[in-house]
Amino acid sequence: MVATMTEVRPARRRRTAGSTSATQRSVYPSWFYLPAGVLYLVFFAVPTFASFWFSLTRWTLFDTEFIGLDNFVQFFSEPQLSQGFVNTLIYGFVTSAAKVVLGLALAVLLTSQLVGRGYLRSVVFFPVLVSTIGVGITFKALLDPFDGVVNTMLATFGIEGPGWFTDPNQALLTIAAVDVWKGLGIATLIYIAGIVAIPQEYYEAARVDGAGRWQQFRSITLPLVQPATATVVILSLIGGLRSFDLIWATTGGGPGFTSDVIGSVIYKQYQAGFYGLSTAGNVILFLVVTAIMVPVSLLLNRKEVDR
Amino acid sequence: MRRAGSWATGIVAIAVSVVVFLVPFGFIFVTASKDASEASRLEFSWPTQWAFVENLTEVLTTRDGIVVRAFLNSTVLTVVSVTVMVVLAAMVGYLLQRRRSRFNPVVNFFVLAGLIVPPAVVPTIWVLQQTGLFKTMPGLILIEATFGLSFCVLLFRAFVATIPRELDEAAIIDGAGPLRLFFAVILPLLRPVIITIVVVQAVNVFNDFTNPLYFLPGDENATVQLTLYNFQSQMVSQFNLLFMDILLITVPPLVMYIFFNRQIVAGMTSGAVKG
Repeated sequence: MVATMTEVRPARRRRTAGSTSATQRSVYPSWFYLPAGVLYLVFFAVPTFASFWFSLTRWTLFDTEFIGLDNFVQFFSEPQLSQGFVNTLIYGFVTSAAKVVLGLALAVLLTSQLVGRGYLRSVVFFPVLVSTIGVGITFKALLDPFDGVVNTMLATFGIEGPGWFTDPNQALLTIAAVDVWKGLGIATLIYIAGIVAIPQEYYEAARVDGAGRWQQFRSITLPLVQPATATVVILSLIGGLRSFDLIWATTGGGPGFTSDVIGSVIYKQYQAGFYGLSTAGNVILFLVVTAIMVPVSLLLNRKEVDR
Repeated sequence: MRRAGSWATGIVAIAVSVVVFLVPFGFIFVTASKDASEASRLEFSWPTQWAFVENLTEVLTTRDGIVVRAFLNSTVLTVVSVTVMVVLAAMVGYLLQRRRSRFNPVVNFFVLAGLIVPPAVVPTIWVLQQTGLFKTMPGLILIEATFGLSFCVLLFRAFVATIPRELDEAAIIDGAGPLRLFFAVILPLLRPVIITIVVVQAVNVFNDFTNPLYFLPGDENATVQLTLYNFQSQMVSQFNLLFMDILLITVPPLVMYIFFNRQIVAGMTSGAVKG
């Protein structure tokens, strides 16, 4: 579904004779933009622009007091808030990198002649459908440090399992791993669509020239799935940097605030009634996402010409 | 030789997939079928005593059937918001592809911004309060529809490009106005991409937790995800009921996937090949 986004290149059609821009206007009326535009303006654009103002205030929803950049200063000077900033970056990059590597590997595997290919494709995709909260609760039970299935299994092999969600050093990475488990299906599906689109002749020609499996992958698959990689990286970065629900369902940002991300800081400050500070968190998230997404998408879509 | 190799990889892959992917789902199912004390041991084992039906009725009747109400709420939310989203986004995607004007770059920019920019939470609540929509179902419906627009517009724009313009011209010569052209000619042709979008967005909205948490808080009007989240703290010692709720919530998306699996994959691969 996402693959269509990057891979369908709308064909440029010559305007047929007689179709002037005046008739175009009446056949394709501008007001088709209107309903979507109103929703977008009211519920997305206005709040986004308003957030820049409210982030500079102490705000109770009823009245505002301008306090300059104090919210931002506070955000970066209090370790429990700035930790969320660092964690957001770690979380975003770890999950995206893992989804690219594992997604591509799985897609290569699942496009080869393989026993049980159909079964494997559906089973990898299945976690995408389960609610994030459900996944969070399930893994909290599975990774329980004392009674959890994973640690009791490890114990039978004589390994003392880690504390997973309860260990301050591992909580964030454990959540990232669960996130990858849940989102891998989409990455794999996008990569499968990308690999299937590569003409078989290339591989045949490479085999005639004596290229091995690895060489075929390096020189044909890897460069030609680049559009799919762009889609996977962009989607998982957007999702990863914004993530909130999985973290909230598993650790709630804990232990302490070791697995807090900007998303959970926003919610905590909102709950505590610090609306200005919460909105400052939103603005910081906006800046982080933009500062990362704009160069990344320019870099990845370099070869694609915008229509 | 190669055949034997692929058999071996296949079997290894299946074994790994069973451990990594099927065990968690098996765990949900067996825990949902146990009685409370057995479930609390968190073991991955066959239930000694099947309590599946008892757990099911208990979850459905707990707190005056809050789960059933949550299901109704989530269904209304999903159906209405996805419908609004699909129709409005189709109109935008269609116009964006068909008509070349100075505004196209501007619209494209807003579409991409909608995809990337994280929604500002408290200011959105502020807007909802000003319009009297905070903590109401219509408010949440409009929010979900708005946040899903960008993704849908991109898919529609790409798909409309594959519909020949000659069709529009033929319809116009036959006397169709812009509305009939769009709703009677174009929209039916968008069926494959509509199915894809409906399935994807329905699963998204149904499984959404963050937006209901912010914009429709409380226990009464809760959606299924909020109820599940609240159960987590209310049913600390009743893992069987908690996992029964997870199981119930997973059923609707699963049914969607089973029915529309082929369309999703076909839609995707056809898009990839045409590229």
